[in-house]
Amino acid sequence: MSRPSRSSGLPRWVFVPAAVGALFILLPLVALASQVEWSHFVDLITSESSRSALVLSLRTSAISTVLCLLLGVPMALVLARTSFRGQGALRSLVLLPLVLPPVVGGIALLYTFGRKGLLGETIEVLGLQIAFSTTAVVIAQTFVSLPFLVVSLEGALRTAGEQYEVVASTLGARPTTVLRRVTLPLVLPGLAAGAVLSFARALGEFGATITFAGSLEGVTRTLPLEIYLQRESDPDAAVALSLVLVVVAVLVIALVRGPRREAL
Amino acid sequence: MSLHVAAAFTDRDVRVELDLADGETVAVLGPNGSGKSTLLAAIAGIARPDAGRAVLDGTTLFDVAVGTWMAPHARGTALMAQDPLLFPHLDVLDNVGFGPRSAGATRGAARAVARTWLAEVDATDLADRRTAQLSGGQAQRVAVARALAAKPRLLLLDEPMAALDVTVVPAMRQVLRRVLAGRSAIIVTHDVLDALLLADRVVVMEGGRVVEHGPTRQVLARPRSSFGAGIAGLNQARGVAESGAVRTPAGLLVAGLHDSIDVPEGAAAVAVFSPSAVSVHTERPSGSPRNVFAATVRELEPHGSQVRVQTDEISADVTAPVVAELDLAPGAAVFLAVKASEVAIYAT
Repeated sequence: MSRPSRSSGLPRWVFVPAAVGALFILLPLVALASQVEWSHFVDLITSESSRSALVLSLRTSAISTVLCLLLGVPMALVLARTSFRGQGALRSLVLLPLVLPPVVGGIALLYTFGRKGLLGETIEVLGLQIAFSTTAVVIAQTFVSLPFLVVSLEGALRTAGEQYEVVASTLGARPTTVLRRVTLPLVLPGLAAGAVLSFARALGEFGATITFAGSLEGVTRTLPLEIYLQRESDPDAAVALSLVLVVVAVLVIALVRGPRREAL
Repeated sequence: MSLHVAAAFTDRDVRVELDLADGETVAVLGPNGSGKSTLLAAIAGIARPDAGRAVLDGTTLFDVAVGTWMAPHARGTALMAQDPLLFPHLDVLDNVGFGPRSAGATRGAARAVARTWLAEVDATDLADRRTAQLSGGQAQRVAVARALAAKPRLLLLDEPMAALDVTVVPAMRQVLRRVLAGRSAIIVTHDVLDALLLADRVVVMEGGRVVEHGPTRQVLARPRSSFGAGIAGLNQARGVAESGAVRTPAGLLVAGLHDSIDVPEGAAAVAVFSPSAVSVHTERPSGSPRNVFAATVRELEPHGSQVRVQTDEISADVTAPVVAELDLAPGAAVFLAVKASEVAIYAT
């Protein structure tokens, strides 16, 4: 900080609650870090159950991020580049998983894909059993993280505007070519940010997963579930695993904010 | 490559009809909001008219009555606007190669085509630049190359020089003059010089209607519309080219911007400049203007919000307070100055 700080024109008292708020966020993280048994840290996070939970979490989060991209990119394109009756309602609906309590989402998924659910019988006829399987974990994670991708990509698309796409089309580019060579490259930072946020949300997913997928070690017990269970039996392991998720979260923020700030 | 278009936009109160012969360049002149850009948008397929039809070389671009609407990419009507809109994620070469690449050319072939078009607009040295590193004039030349590389059947130019610095406009005009020769094109402009130098025919639009059309020189010589009258009366000094200037039979030497000269020494040439570019002084102005002419005021007449000062060879537009301040009256001896950068010189 070599530059003298500008006088912001804010009343001084505003800094007091602002500082309290910052401490409110920071303190729990410090408290968590202070509880870590550093001597056993590596053992704790590499134990059999921890490792299988971590691997399951990473695997399912990666798959649901891909699903979010496959479903979310077209959704964002339709929302940002077309207009039709009921579009406003649809946009609000897409946001629903963002504000819905995850447990409620889990119950809703259970009554959709579960045995007695809306699609359950159809799925059973196909010889599939979704509830309480790894597939259910992926579905739950995709359900809650899809809005993150759609919202950030739609914003990026609106900011980018359609003018380059119009030029590309008058130069003879077909709609698919325009999408591939102009639209998506221009919103790549927004797309990457959306994907990273979706991944992070999937990694932290708890409520919908435990409701819809249960907690079977190696099958549906993801890292957040493992932490919740270990909290009773082995608090040290729970703390160590929590720290792993904190580190991942910090990395995610760095990934999303870092390049964007440079671009501005 | 002939074009017939008739389009109506009811909410914008625009109703236009236009014909274009093969290889012909038409300039669409008119004040802001007269519907010029709307016409181009309808031809390019980025705005849907409420009524009308357009046929380009036997292909129907749109026909509202029967519900025909050809997608913009299939029309072969490259549109170039005020803003060059070069794709920021591609370098200059790949920007120009975008059209050929979209038409199915390999990357190598598209780049080869791009290089020839960059050469055509004197921008070969820009090939490897990022678009953010270009000046306004450079970016617009690249945009011209990009539009031409797409091999359009019809080139649409929407005020291509309106956003450019005045010092680079003459050079850009020369580039356009070269590439538009023998090409089917429509250029929307508010600058009468563009019409004079680039177009075979002029269409004047006002309030969403075509109010006047015809061969450029005819329209500018005997304008019937008020907009046509406003833009007519350009100073044209005809003579022979002499070291970057035009020497008139009366002995005036009118210098133009160096970039704008592609006229061989001694050839018949004309120097064109607007009356509004001419300033009037009672004493010989010192300083930069290269063109200073001693003249005698013959006539003063109101011209829009200004006063047109007529001398034997050159007219100038000045404001009423200036007339009062300089005490101008017929018979007064004055000096007329015009910057070389405001003068376009071309062969006749």
